[in-house]
Amino acid sequence: MEDRLRVLFLIGLAVGASGCSWMPFVGGGQPAPAGEPVDGDDRPVQVIEPEVERRDIKTARIDTEDFEVGIYGGIMSVEDFGSNPSYGARLAYHVNELLFVEAAVGRTDTEETSFERLSGAAELLTDEEREFIYYNMSLGLNIFPGEAFLGANRAYTQSLYVIGGLGSTRFADDDRFTINLGFGYRFLVTDSIALHVDFRDHLFDIDILGEEKTVNNLEGHLGFTVFF
Amino acid sequence: MRSIADPGRSALMIRRLLIAALLALAPLATPAFADEPIQVTVADAFLELHTGPGKGYPIDYVVERDESVVILMRRTNWFKVRTENGREGWVRERDMELTLDAYGEPVRFRSVSRTEFMTSRWEVGALTGDFGGANIVNAYAGYSMSGNLSVELAFSQVLGNFSNGYIGSANLVHQTWPEWRVSPFFTLGTGVIRTEPKSTLVAADDRTDQFAQVGGGFRAWLTRRLIFRAEYKSYVIFTSQDENEEIEEWKIGFGFFF
Repeated sequence: MEDRLRVLFLIGLAVGASGCSWMPFVGGGQPAPAGEPVDGDDRPVQVIEPEVERRDIKTARIDTEDFEVGIYGGIMSVEDFGSNPSYGARLAYHVNELLFVEAAVGRTDTEETSFERLSGAAELLTDEEREFIYYNMSLGLNIFPGEAFLGANRAYTQSLYVIGGLGSTRFADDDRFTINLGFGYRFLVTDSIALHVDFRDHLFDIDILGEEKTVNNLEGHLGFTVFF
Repeated sequence: MRSIADPGRSALMIRRLLIAALLALAPLATPAFADEPIQVTVADAFLELHTGPGKGYPIDYVVERDESVVILMRRTNWFKVRTENGREGWVRERDMELTLDAYGEPVRFRSVSRTEFMTSRWEVGALTGDFGGANIVNAYAGYSMSGNLSVELAFSQVLGNFSNGYIGSANLVHQTWPEWRVSPFFTLGTGVIRTEPKSTLVAADDRTDQFAQVGGGFRAWLTRRLIFRAEYKSYVIFTSQDENEEIEEWKIGFGFFF
């Protein structure tokens, strides 16, 4: 571009030098008197532009699959409130081959406590308050990567992981700060589809039965995820 | 899944059926990567193919110099490739960079480094910590307007013994030295806090108040897109009572930039 401007400038110079300087300059300013070098440029003037074909450098577009999304279902035991089916959804981002982060939401229903059932007393919670809904954000670490062999001809990539994180649980008309800890097993059916088996403990403090105590709520679930 | 033996007759049959099914479905799907598959040539002595995307997975095939491979996909810093004779495997990014493209130039991939940490525009993350004695869980998203100044929107849930609440805020964040690996920042913001006293206590009404906050912290680049972040904020809550309420907040967590 600069070369082209320089050529234009020189043409202007030549025209000016030949006595036809009535033509106004495109860039403004007075034409330099003939014979004087152009300001700050004493290199030989390049008249012919070399015809070098510039190659387009394309950034490689590769299908990157670092995200994993899926659903799961299983059984969750809520301390004092029975075991019931649970289900949820999760989204994970794989930082590198070892680390991943996961966000999950899940829910389950709870039953009457043994106390409520045996004493025949008034119920502690309404049906709506018995709903147990949680969300969490966790950090996972892949351990023991390996392969599972099915028969003589097939090998599947698999990995165990430990995972833990923080979140909140809505139960018994209150939101409770919840820590989750657990481990899981990821079995890749193909490089983009995985099956999961997970065991997770959701811990929080609750005072619904008198004194405040920390409760462990264990959840085991099977899941299905897709990488994208 | 990986086939250990050479693809047999049955596998071939399955593959044909799959291809037929895929072709039937093809008009439904929009090809996200319609470009020609990327083919590279091995320039180092050999290229090692792992059975999975990780160092722990064994090497089960080696591609020799001058042979070519097609890149199928990428997961974190591993590339899935197919060799000329149909073998598939995973190659480490560092090894992939020892291959040549169609013009005979070394292949370079868009890898995430500290440069991206400094120049990236967007950041999302999750933090947790203490908010005036209560637990807090926070999610935020930020947009960097220049290397130094960014705007952030944050949403938090406060989980305390006596009350719960939600906080929504908008913040200006200034990084004095964005080029540092551990980069300190200062922040100034405002928002609203909704406080919901627990039902087991004396009946008190829920209330929503405005607040202003000032604070500081640091972001530290860990690996690829992952950063560690820690911050302190001091809140002044403009309550409807006679005195303003002052609360201190400490949080740590992880974020991603892109």
